[in-house]
Order: sequence, then C-alpha cells, then structure tokens
Amino acid sequence: MALTRAQVEGIAHLARLELDPAEVPQYEQSLSRIVDFIGELERASTTGVAPMAHPLAGLVQRLRADEITEQDDHARYQRNAPEVVSGLYLVPKVIE
Amino acid sequence: MTDHRTVTQLAAALRARKVSSVELVRACLARIEASQPALNAFITITADQALEQAEAADRDLAAGRGGPLAGVPIGHKDLFCTAGVRTTCGSRMLENFVAPYDATVVARLKAAGAVMLGKLNMDEFAMGSSNETSYFGPVRNPWKTDLVPGGSSGGSAAAVAARLLPAATATDTGGSIRQPAAFCGVTGIKPTYGRVSRYGMIAFASSLDQGGVIAQTAEDCARLLRSMAGFDPRDSTSVDIPVPDYLAGLDAPLAGVRIGLLKEFFDTGLDAGYERRVREALAVFERLGARLCELSLPNIPRSVPAYYVVAPAECSSNLARFDGVRFGHRCRNPRDLIDLYKRSRSEGFGVEVKRRIMTGTYVLSAGYYDDYYLKAQRVRRLVAGDFERAFAEVDLLMGPTTPTAAFALGAKSADPITMYLNDIYTISANLAGLPAMSVPCGFVDGLPAGLQIIGPHFAEQRLLHAAHCFQLETDWHAHVPERCA
Amino acid sequence: MNARNTHSATRGAQGAATEQGHAWETVIGLEIHAQLATRSKIFSGAPTAYGAAPNTQACLVDLGYPGVLPVLNAEAVRMAVRFGLAIGARIARQSVFARKNYFYPDLPKGYQISQYELPIVAGGTLDIVLEDGSRKRIGVTRAHLEEDAGKSLHEGLAGLTGIDLNRAGTPLLEIVSEPEMRSAKEAVAYMKKVHTLVRYLEICDGNMQEGSFRCDANVSVRPAGSDKLGTRTEIKNVNSFRYVEKAIQYEVARQIEVIDSGGRVIQETRLYDPDRGETRSMRSKEEANDYRYFPDPDLLPLELDAAYVESVRAELPELPDAKAARFSAQYGLSDYDAGVLTASRELADYYEAVTRGVPGQPKLAANWVMGEFAAALHKEGLEINAGKLTAERLAGLLTRIADETISGKIAKEVFEAMWASGENADAVIASKGLQQITDTGAIEGAIEEVMAQYPAQLAEFRAGKDKLFGFFVGQAMKATRGKANPAQLNALLKKKLPG
Repeated sequence: MALTRAQVEGIAHLARLELDPAEVPQYEQSLSRIVDFIGELERASTTGVAPMAHPLAGLVQRLRADEITEQDDHARYQRNAPEVVSGLYLVPKVIE
Repeated sequence: MTDHRTVTQLAAALRARKVSSVELVRACLARIEASQPALNAFITITADQALEQAEAADRDLAAGRGGPLAGVPIGHKDLFCTAGVRTTCGSRMLENFVAPYDATVVARLKAAGAVMLGKLNMDEFAMGSSNETSYFGPVRNPWKTDLVPGGSSGGSAAAVAARLLPAATATDTGGSIRQPAAFCGVTGIKPTYGRVSRYGMIAFASSLDQGGVIAQTAEDCARLLRSMAGFDPRDSTSVDIPVPDYLAGLDAPLAGVRIGLLKEFFDTGLDAGYERRVREALAVFERLGARLCELSLPNIPRSVPAYYVVAPAECSSNLARFDGVRFGHRCRNPRDLIDLYKRSRSEGFGVEVKRRIMTGTYVLSAGYYDDYYLKAQRVRRLVAGDFERAFAEVDLLMGPTTPTAAFALGAKSADPITMYLNDIYTISANLAGLPAMSVPCGFVDGLPAGLQIIGPHFAEQRLLHAAHCFQLETDWHAHVPERCA
Repeated sequence: MNARNTHSATRGAQGAATEQGHAWETVIGLEIHAQLATRSKIFSGAPTAYGAAPNTQACLVDLGYPGVLPVLNAEAVRMAVRFGLAIGARIARQSVFARKNYFYPDLPKGYQISQYELPIVAGGTLDIVLEDGSRKRIGVTRAHLEEDAGKSLHEGLAGLTGIDLNRAGTPLLEIVSEPEMRSAKEAVAYMKKVHTLVRYLEICDGNMQEGSFRCDANVSVRPAGSDKLGTRTEIKNVNSFRYVEKAIQYEVARQIEVIDSGGRVIQETRLYDPDRGETRSMRSKEEANDYRYFPDPDLLPLELDAAYVESVRAELPELPDAKAARFSAQYGLSDYDAGVLTASRELADYYEAVTRGVPGQPKLAANWVMGEFAAALHKEGLEINAGKLTAERLAGLLTRIADETISGKIAKEVFEAMWASGENADAVIASKGLQQITDTGAIEGAIEEVMAQYPAQLAEFRAGKDKLFGFFVGQAMKATRGKANPAQLNALLKKKLPG
C-alpha cells in the first residue's frame, strides 16, 4: 500500500517532525515499502490469539511503598536544559 | 602491543598483582586512541576518570579487596547513562547530554570494580544493523575496514574484536548484540528479558530491549553477566529471581543435551558458505555428545514484520520526550511551540530514527492500531508459543546468527527493508524475551560467521555452558584481525 | 478519556427538568480529577506537596529523563480501590496502564501514563439529593489511575511560557460519570457528593483552589423526549462548584441558541472564563487529537486479588449515606440535618463528640453545631479541625443550657465569649455572673419590684389589657439582667400579676 504525500505529512506532524519538502518523496517511498512489508501480517491467522504486550507471561506489576526517596536536585537536572529562568523551563508562549 | 587476554585471565593477573590496572588501562587507552581514525569505535574516551578508577582498583587489589572485576577495563555502549560523562545514544539529539545518574548496569559493574574507558559508538538510538546511522560516523569492521561491524552495538563488537578492550556492555532489541558479535567474530549474549535492569538504558523499544555483554569468550560473558544481572526495584519489568553463578559448571560435559535446528533459519536467504560453518559447528556439538534434531517453527518468518510494527510503535512513544525543552538538542530561535518541537526533533534525529518514529506513529494511529499494532502483538504470541513448544522437546535451539557475513558500508543503507532483513534470525528471540547468544564459528571468505544459540527463559547458564564447551573445542573466538594482531 | 462518554443516556433520564424549562433537555456527564493524597508521586519517590519552588519536586522520572522508569505507588492503588468499593463498583482483577501520546510542554515524556481499556474501577453509583428532596442515582462509568501533568506559567516571562513540573506525576483518580445529569444543579450535587466521598475516604484533600479536585463537564442538549444524544462540548478544568454551575448554565444556553438560530453545535473543548462568565473555544487544543493509546511496556498488568480487595474493604470508614441514615435513626434528626452534619467527616465527628459530651440532647447539639458554631467558623474562614472550639467545650456550654444554668439566649453570649477567649463555659458564666436565676424568692422579689415600679401598667393589666403581660416579662427579665429562668418567671408572673 502506497502512502500518499499528505499521509506522510500528517504522520510527521503527529510525530512533531518537520520534513524538508525535498525529503518527503524519500520518506513516502520508504514508508510505503515498510507498510507493504508489515502488511504481510494480515495473512497470519490470529483468530482467538490474545495480543502479547510483554514477553514474560504471568508477571505482574510490583508496587512501591509510598515513601519520599527523591531530594531536590533541580539545579543539576537543569544543566541539560536549553533555557531555564528562575527554575522554570522556558518554551515559546503556549496559547490556550 | 595488543593484549589478547580475556577478562578471566586479566582478572586473575590483576588479583595476583602480575599486572596493575593502571598499566592495563594505559595500554588500552593507547590502542583506543590509535584505532579511532580507522575504526571509530568510541564516541567518548574517558581517559582521566579511567586512570583514577584504575588507581583506586590497584589500591583495593593491593589491600586484598576489590570486586570480582577489580581493575578490569571495559567500555559501555553509549546508551547506558553514566553520571558526569556524556551519553549520546549516537545521536545529535544528545550530543551534549550528561546524565545526572548511572544506569544500574553501569553502577553494578563499577561496584564490581570494572574500570570504564569510554562510551562506545552505536547506531543512533540503537536503530540500525550496520552502525551507519550514528551521528558520530560509522564504526568500521576491524576485519576489513570497508565493511560494517553490524549494529546497533557496533562499537562494542569492534572494540572487543580489535582487542581494544577485553569486554563491553551492549544492548539487543532485535539482534543488536548478536549480529555485530557475529560480524566481528566475538561472543555476545542477550539475556532473558527482565534479567538485566533497563534502568538507565535509554529506551528504544521497552518490551524488547535487553542489556548484555560482548566479550571474547562465553566464560567472560558469564563473568560480566554475573555482576550485571539481577533484580532492580527501579525497573518494573526487572524479574526478582536470584542470579545463579554463571561460572559454575561451565566445564560440565555436554552429553545428552538436546539441540534443535530451526528449519526456518536454514531456509531463507542463508549464504551457502555461512551455512557450512554453522553445520560444522553443530557437528562439534554432536561430537561432544549433544543430540541434534530439526524443528520447524512456522510462525518464525512472521517475526520480522511483527517486530517492525512493535519496535517502531514503542520507539515513537519513547522518543517523544526529546522535545528540546528539558534536555537534548533545541533548534535556534523557534517561532512558536510547534516550530520548537518540529525543528528540534528534525535537526536532532537522523533519517532512520525519523523513519521509525513515523512508522510507529502510523501503526498506532486511529484506524490502523488494530490492523498493525494489535495484529503484530498477536503474531508475537504465536512466535512465543512456537518457542515454548520447541523447548518442550529440546534444551537449546541453534542456527546462524545472520544470513551473511559482514557487508560493505553503504551496501544496504538505501533500502530499509534490505537492512531490516539482516535481523531475520535474531528478532524472534526478542519478541519472545528469550536469552540468545552469538558465538564465533569460523570464517566465510575471511570474514567471521556466528552461531546463534537460543534457550528458554532464564536459561542463560545453559547457553553459556554450551558456548563454553564449544570454545574449549574450537579457537574461532581467539582469532584476531590481522591489522590488530 | 472523551471517547468513552458517548454511550446512550436513556438510563436515569426520567424526571429530567430542562435548563430552559421547555423544549430542550440537558445531558451532562462529569470527569472529575481527584489528586490522591499520597506522600510521593504515582511513579516516583518525589514529594507531592503543593506550593514548592518551581521544579524542586520533579525528579528524573517526573522530568521524563532518558533511561528512567516508572514504578507504581502502592498507596495510589489502595486509594483507588477504596473509592471503587465506596461506590459499589467492580474492582478489576487486572488493570493495565497505557500511554496517551501527545505533545505539550507540561507533559514531559510526550505521553501521559493513564488507564484506557482496563481501568481499576468500573461501574459504580452515587446517590444525589435533588432540590425537591428526592434522590437520584448517578452511574459512575469508571475510575482510573493516571499521572497529573505539570503547569505552564506565563507571568513575567516576556512573552514566553515557563514550565514547572512539580505537579507532574502526582497521582490522579479520574472519575467518569455516565451522562445522567440533567441540569447544572444536578451536576453540582453530584460533584459535591464525590467531593464529600473522597474526603471521607481520606484519599484526596479536596482543595479546589490548589487544583486537588477539578472537573471537566461534557455538556449537550437534545429535544426533550429524544433518546439520541446531541453533540457535546467539553468544558475543561473547572475548579469550583459555583463555576461548574455557571459554566454549564452558560454552555447550555449557548448551545440552545446555536441550534435555535439554525446552527450546529461543534464537538470541541471549551474553557470557562469566570471573569466574563462564559465559555470559549480552546483553539490551540482544537486540532484533531490522535492519542495513539497502547499498553505501557514499562509497566506490567496490575493484578489485585480478592484478599487484597477485602482487606481494603475492611478498612473503609462509615460512608456519608450510611452515616446520615444512622444520624437520623440514632439521634432523631431530620434528613436535612443529618445530611448537613454528615457533609464532611470532620463535621460529623465533631457533632458526635459534642453529643457524647451532652447526653440526651442530640437536637440541641445539632442546632448549635449547624447554627452558632458553623456561623462562627464561616465568619472567620476556619476549618473545624482548626481547634478554635473543641467539641468538649461546646458540649460543656450545652450542658449548662440543658441543666438550666443559663438560658439559650444567655448561652449565645457565653458562646461568643468562649470563642473569643478560649475559656470554658463555666468559667465564662462564673466570671460574668451569668448563672440563671432559679431561686423562686429572688424572681418573686424582682417581680414585686417591677410591679411597684409600674403601678399604672399593672392597673391596666388587671383591668383586662392582657397584652401587657409581655411588658412585665420584659421588665422582670431586665431586672434580673436576663438571667431569670424564663419558664419560672412566666409562671410566677401569671401567679402574681392578677393580684
């Protein structure tokens, strides 16, 4: 199944990726190839087979005691941040 | 001077004070520096810290203290977070990222006394089978530098093959330990999912990723894994089962072990010369008293398409945190929020990563989720079921690790599907969460071939035992590329 | 979890009063977000306390740092189960955490960990009391665990937005109702009921100003009698009962106006602006969302066995409805009084402590707790447990009314003094000399004094002007500085005035 240019652009937008217009055909082509390839799954007979989200069957979520184990270390954590003012991470204005 | 000693030998020499950690580390650092132009196995070399750690290890050893790996030089794949040392994941996105914490694997190996020499090159975010997607340039195969070392743990495999280091950590999501180990003629183990903590391993596909080791021998793999493995309360998917002593019983006789040959692995696209090497290796096992039988697991061929749904789906979500806000690359002068996101991510990620993010976004999106994501997870259960049935009949499964030996740089980068099919034999173990190894089993036209060994959940010891017995009978693992000898 | 609120709303549609009183029926469903009162976050060990300096309570997990992983807080699970049991819901033997994927600066990982297909709680009910005193049962579709997002701040940042992730990862219980409310008032009654319940259960502090308890309202209108739902809008993040009422009223009127003028209601997210008293479209969130939910591979299925659920059930406190019923039966209170006194666990506990201190006077206690005491708290904006006046002290005062040491009227004066000084009732009564006069001789003396003082009035009374009786009551009471026992005074006046 071939993906259209519009589909590729829609997916890129959803994934917050900006594609150079010149690159779009390349993604269009390779993603179409991939979609064809994974489309093969359609032929597998999976009636009555439950999806398997996790490779080890029967394991269940472990619970953590409700204890405070983390101390404030924001100055260190924010050394990786591109833009911080007064302890806040800065982004362009968010309009609501 | 190249040092051919294994971790086992070095640990003993260090403990016997026949060699100091500082000497070893200096020698390794010199080889690493010298190798960089040709191999590019490292992204970051941590010479100063390594020497400090080596001095500390020497003090410990002199005092009769020190962990089981005290003073042994190792490297970490650059997706294990290391406090104070940048962790790039082979990506421009994290070019300047310094994690404020150590991954559990890093912390455990440090506690065992191992000395980190640096961070090893890899495919960007572990997405690739050739190491060509690294932002820091491809790693080259020490056996022939115009060939790829495999991926994504190409740096780890190349470094061990070139004897820059005796061992390195690596990770495997669809074959990223085994395939480069095979291409570079070294031994690698991907443990059972949940055996090694994922805490601090930058995630590619969370339900498939598993940390492991690349070393010269199975015995060395056992030695490192013993220190790395085990329950971690910080990882909900880490399994709380005691870690056996992987070194115990490695020499036990192999007689009576039942080995299944996967018909499907010998069917599709396997190079004839490669197949001969694998069959010869199987004959060695037979000679050692193992019983061989052929098995067919009909759903195995569907592993690759299923994997290329599940892995991208998880990756598209895991990589959403790279948005230019709290860490990682940020574009210059964003016009608005959307522009910040889109340009930061597009500039920060390479083509293959973007392609996988888009594939994953597509298979999870409204209208496609059932047909792709859910379908793939159903097929995954079929694959796991096939293995379960097989392990009711045999103790181990064996076959080739890859369809061919290492290929040339650029040979497969044009078409993603051609590249993806490189993992045709390795992916199924990840889908089912099984432990799997690759062991050197000879050469095809001068290039290493790998024998893959797959076992049931938590049967690492069984794998390591078989591999060790094989390595006592053969010396393929001891071959070193001429240029590195 | 918008997509879930679209099923038929025929159940509970009876007796629906439309907001406009004629051709339209209003259909409301609420999604309430209650922050669970855990010490640490739902997936990390960072503290949840409100009001810390920006990002000082956001650890690596809350920041979505590369490589870190979530581990579920046991207490958040226990609290969700408490809620589920309290509304008679099913507790899922297995529930699953999923990722809701979208990009927003206050969402550090690019996805929110929530529960989608398999929530921890499903299918409960809550009863609300309508204005006419009748009860209505509202269905709770589901309640699921999820993590809160951070906050965006705009002030003083020169056109930029600042992100504070302290709140990120705070556990939330999202409580989704069936679309069964038919007026803004019903919606508020339901919201208040949930608010009361979560505080009873001690799973949420209910502080709406701090955002611990907030609500999204799904509102639509349809022709009365229709069983098809109209197009709904979602009013986001309303954080007071009054605003919920006003926002829904505004939105209903707006939708009717749109339809009446030939337009169509657009399914969208709207924001309530309390300053203007109107809702407006949130265009920035308008673009079609595709959340790409899938099971979070970092978390395993949450399994709760019957023994666990029973152990949580065994710890449940007496719930509001049961308590109100008991108050009516045990203390002979009206349904209304019982409802008021059980509106919060603190108030109910206070009332019961007062009652224990003044046995046999439950109605007197109810009147005083709901009257003077509640008014005094309200006036100073205090909480019951502020400790301003203990139940024992108030009971001490009521005891003096009951044993006729003071009259009800004097008691109010004593109460005020107690409130101001913190002294106990007996001390106030003694220091101010406010003991009721019950000595017949003393009262008779005062009466005689008044009779002597007002001979003309006495003559008129004796001539048949009965109305003057009240005058003498007043004067005699005044002569005792209000302290005469009123019943005794009356009796003695009746005896003495006629001569």
